[in-house]
Amino acid sequence: MNRLLLALCFVLLLTGCSGDWGWYVVDPTTPKGRINLKFLLGGLYYTIALSVTAIVISIIVGLLVALPALSSNRWLNGFNRVYVELVRAIPILVMILWVYYGMPQLLNVTITVFWAGVIALALSDSAFEAEIFRAGIQSIDKGQYEASHTIALGYFDTMRFIILPQAIRRILPALGNQLVYMLKMSSLVSVIGMQELTRKANELVVTEYRPLEIYTILLLEYLVLILIVSAGVRWLERRLAQ
Amino acid sequence: MSQIQPTHDSAVVTMQGVSKFFGTFQALKTVSIDISVGERVVVCGPSGSGKSTLIRCINQLEKHDDGIITINGVTLDGSKKSLQSIHDHVGMVFQQFNLFPHLSVLDNLTLGPIRSRNMSRANANELAMQYLERVRIPEQAQKFPTQLSGGQQQRVAIARSLCMEPDIMLFDEPTSALDPEMINEVLDVMVELAESGMTMVCVTHEMGFARKVADTMVFMDHGEIVEKTDKETFFVSPESERCQEFLEQILPH
Ligand SMILES: Nc1ncnc2c1ncn2[C@@H]1O[C@H](COP(=O)(O)OP(=O)(O)OP(=O)(O)O)[C@@H](O)[C@H]1O
Ligand SMILES: [Mg+2]
Repeated sequence: MNRLLLALCFVLLLTGCSGDWGWYVVDPTTPKGRINLKFLLGGLYYTIALSVTAIVISIIVGLLVALPALSSNRWLNGFNRVYVELVRAIPILVMILWVYYGMPQLLNVTITVFWAGVIALALSDSAFEAEIFRAGIQSIDKGQYEASHTIALGYFDTMRFIILPQAIRRILPALGNQLVYMLKMSSLVSVIGMQELTRKANELVVTEYRPLEIYTILLLEYLVLILIVSAGVRWLERRLAQ
Repeated sequence: MSQIQPTHDSAVVTMQGVSKFFGTFQALKTVSIDISVGERVVVCGPSGSGKSTLIRCINQLEKHDDGIITINGVTLDGSKKSLQSIHDHVGMVFQQFNLFPHLSVLDNLTLGPIRSRNMSRANANELAMQYLERVRIPEQAQKFPTQLSGGQQQRVAIARSLCMEPDIMLFDEPTSALDPEMINEVLDVMVELAESGMTMVCVTHEMGFARKVADTMVFMDHGEIVEKTDKETFFVSPESERCQEFLEQILPH
């Protein structure tokens, strides 16, 4: 994987040497290039902050939406189904626009770009998290609940100490996937002016007019970020597997 | 609800006219039985006769649809109080052990005492080690369930239940999932438990074990208690034909 990445950089660098276009805009050996690179990387903080905040909220909401699906109560089940089906049906970009421009008017509140992004991303993702949690929890053997009953644990202790620790181990790869997905989807929040990686790149393209070079850097930024996250998730999986 | 006489004081469990339906299928047909303090009941019968359902009703893993079950005088009606009574008094050991695979043996044993008995970790550890010694595997305390043999796992499961210090222990075919060479190590622990005076209801086809410890033999068929006698009568001259046939099938000739 790493070698592939290097080869890709190399090829792009070579192409940059020819003709009247080049990599000077992001050449770290020139002061101008360094300023531009710094500008581009300046979006990293918001991309990460946005994605991580959103995934944490979305996991919590997802779990809360998943639990009712496991009860035998029809209304609780119904709530889960309606939530999942509705939220899942809304395109993320539409969700972002609605939360930023629509919701404040509806609720008569003001909202920052950052929190609009977080809410929109978290909402969109929560439906998927709910499904992941439901599948994970349902995969746990009925005998675990029964054994938990025989040692006098109530519902919340059973979930906290018996069911969720096992379920989370099983769904960790899926949760990792969602985090990667979230990092990518955070680029959409650029449309409402969030100063994350994509927005930064867009702004630099407007002033420098070097889309190939700048967007290539952007692409590499996401690639590296996500490779690191994937490695982290795999490390966690190995650790939890004992 | 019909008028029901209070049963004798020493009864830990009473079941009166208990029925259980799965959909339209009736798994228990107005079953009545009393289990008194220190009594060892062995339940046998063909597959599907309702043995598991019977003992699972005692700790309400299955909710009965009709009749009355009491534990230490508390009627099981789904209330908080009745749930508490089950939690305080009834232990259970399963055919498939049902240990918590993500917890060490020690944590399997201490979780209940710590969380539901508010015991300190130190005390819980001490209690757990005491019971692990009783089932003769104290050296496995730090291992995880999957690192143990089936017989060892079942002994851990027994110890886990004992850590809750129940008044009555339910066993649902505790040796059926074990390789033959491991059956005795589990039965030995159960015999010792019986000798210590524990009230026990065991669903098992281990007739050697039954002969050794049973005070009362129960034979079930088609959701009914067909025969309920002391073990001498049971093995020598069972009344019902169904029971005779069953014994002929499972006892070595
Ligand atoms: N959850 C359930 N849903 C539907 N039917 C059930 C359920 N549990 C048990 N039954 C049915 O009730 C009957 C009694 O089951 P039970 O498990 O009590 O039998 P058993 O005597 O323990 O048999 P075995 O020796 O096979 O364990 C069986 O016919 C079984 O199919
Ligand atoms: Mg059974």
